[in-house]
Amino acid sequence: MTLRTTLAALACGLAATLALPAAAQQLTLPGEELATVESAEEGTTVTVTADSWNDLGIAIPAFATNADVATPANSGGTGALGIELARVVFNDLRNNGLFRPVGPDSLPRPAYDQITNPAWPTWQGRSAEMLVQGYVRANPDGRLTVGCYLYDVNLQDELVREGWVVTPAEWRRAAHKCADLVYSRLSGESPFFDSRIAYIAETGPKDNRVKRLAIMDSDGANHRFITNGQSTALTPRYSPDYSRIAYLSYQDGNPRIYVYDIDSGRQTLVAQNSNPTFAPRWSPDGQYLLYSMAIAGNTDIYRVPATGGTPLRLTSGPAIEVGGSYAPDGSQIVFESDQSGEQQCYIMNSDGSNQRRISFFGGRCATPEWSPRGDQIAFTHIVGDFHVAVMDTRGGSLRTLTNGWQDEAPTWAPNGRIIQFFRSARDNGDSAIWQVDLTGENERRLNTPVGASDPAWGPVLP
Amino acid sequence: MKRLSLLIVASSVLALAACKKDPPEILPPVQPSAVPTSGPAPTPAPTQAGPVAGSQAHFSSAMSGRDVIYFDTDKFNIDSEDAAALRAQAEYMIQYTASRATVEGHADERGTREYNLALAERRATSARNYLVSLGVPEARLQVVSYGEERPAVTASNEQAWARNRRAVTVMIR
Repeated sequence: MTLRTTLAALACGLAATLALPAAAQQLTLPGEELATVESAEEGTTVTVTADSWNDLGIAIPAFATNADVATPANSGGTGALGIELARVVFNDLRNNGLFRPVGPDSLPRPAYDQITNPAWPTWQGRSAEMLVQGYVRANPDGRLTVGCYLYDVNLQDELVREGWVVTPAEWRRAAHKCADLVYSRLSGESPFFDSRIAYIAETGPKDNRVKRLAIMDSDGANHRFITNGQSTALTPRYSPDYSRIAYLSYQDGNPRIYVYDIDSGRQTLVAQNSNPTFAPRWSPDGQYLLYSMAIAGNTDIYRVPATGGTPLRLTSGPAIEVGGSYAPDGSQIVFESDQSGEQQCYIMNSDGSNQRRISFFGGRCATPEWSPRGDQIAFTHIVGDFHVAVMDTRGGSLRTLTNGWQDEAPTWAPNGRIIQFFRSARDNGDSAIWQVDLTGENERRLNTPVGASDPAWGPVLP
Repeated sequence: MKRLSLLIVASSVLALAACKKDPPEILPPVQPSAVPTSGPAPTPAPTQAGPVAGSQAHFSSAMSGRDVIYFDTDKFNIDSEDAAALRAQAEYMIQYTASRATVEGHADERGTREYNLALAERRATSARNYLVSLGVPEARLQVVSYGEERPAVTASNEQAWARNRRAVTVMIR
């Protein structure tokens, strides 16, 4: 992975550069305070409300190229690749509900020398408020330089720019980085598009379902099956550096956690004994793995160094203790236990001390997942049906985000603003991955080649 | 005639109401005995030439449904009905001293996946421990949890879930 920022290359690669805007603009998310945007040129003050934010029009025309040359990234050369880059940015921004982008297929294509010098009347005439322009250039070594610029059309000003050098195989990452740049600059939130998801691909009837480990980019691209389906695979989790995937497999007939190394394709057993192990979880620094192990009918949670070594038993009661999700600082773990007679959520220190129940709101609390921002815990709220809900870390401020018949196993986007989960249908049990944002809005189903369950969203790619 | 069928319905309702764990209305199908491979084909199979003692087909036929026990939601205790079935299983395994078995634990779909793996393991272990207490040597029994991954019945209703919360004893050959 060689993806590095090359602002200098951007600047010298293009003829004209604009001065940075005199006053930085602040925009806020819906529900937050109104923001004022000052226009340096005219001295007027524009109030941006939640409504106008939702309607924020962003024009994303095709990226330009300095010379239309062949590239392994696209059979049509860098010219065609420029259209694809803009499409990826467009789809990223369209699918999170915050923006109202317009993509390259219905927009004029800027020339290369217009990338740093937009044709303002063209965009003002289309009532676009924001403009994303970019370019792609093939380097002599075969790699690609991709530049991304965000402009405020009304102010006729550049808000932010960045550039990346990528191998042709990872051209989509440059587009995700561009979408992340625009999203972060306009929302004030951390980026998340340049990330991946591990999940379980499902085919076949409910009583003979084939379950395969699979991975894909956050937008569903670069999909890849990792296991062949001969044995059932469940509950994958990416290591924080994306080099490995811990998951459950029945390959030796029993449920056991394996750690699969993506580059080598080799995998190792996590616990060297004959007991069933399941529910793998990485610590945020990737140094430890949590797993749940059943010994003679009693399941408890254990922690083991990711490189192997002596496991530490974190829970010891006679009830079922299972799962676990680390706080982002690694100091605490939220997990589930049925010691009260039914599944509820508990928190302990990462060494197993100070265990205490946090969920007292009625119904069952299952599959808790700590937000990457640290302030929220998403979980499966079982109240007859299964809903995805969030609470604060003391079990308060319960909010139900989804309302399906069986919505299960939330996983957080790297920036903690979006939650994915899987939804199962009654009777045929067909499953699909869905996502919803933290406000409970913008629920949508992800496109996957076949049925899908057990999503696990990794961090922003290194 | 109409009165008779009403009576039958009434008594089944009573039977259901009296039973604390809502046993499945439909019993699981008994696996048909394996057809013997020797001998001329078209004649009906003679009863004495059935499956080999200690095989799954033989065990399943001998148990006629008692190779499976059922559990309440989230529960793993052995009630009297389960105990009777497990006694039949234990007697069989004690009689056929070479027999070895896996107890498969299952959960219904109305639980989260990982909890169901733990719960189904607990159910299978519960059945296994009962068999051991009746004299089946530990070394001849193993346990596997399938969680909610292998439903016996695919519908999504109380009757189906009751049939899926189960521990199944399967002979290993």
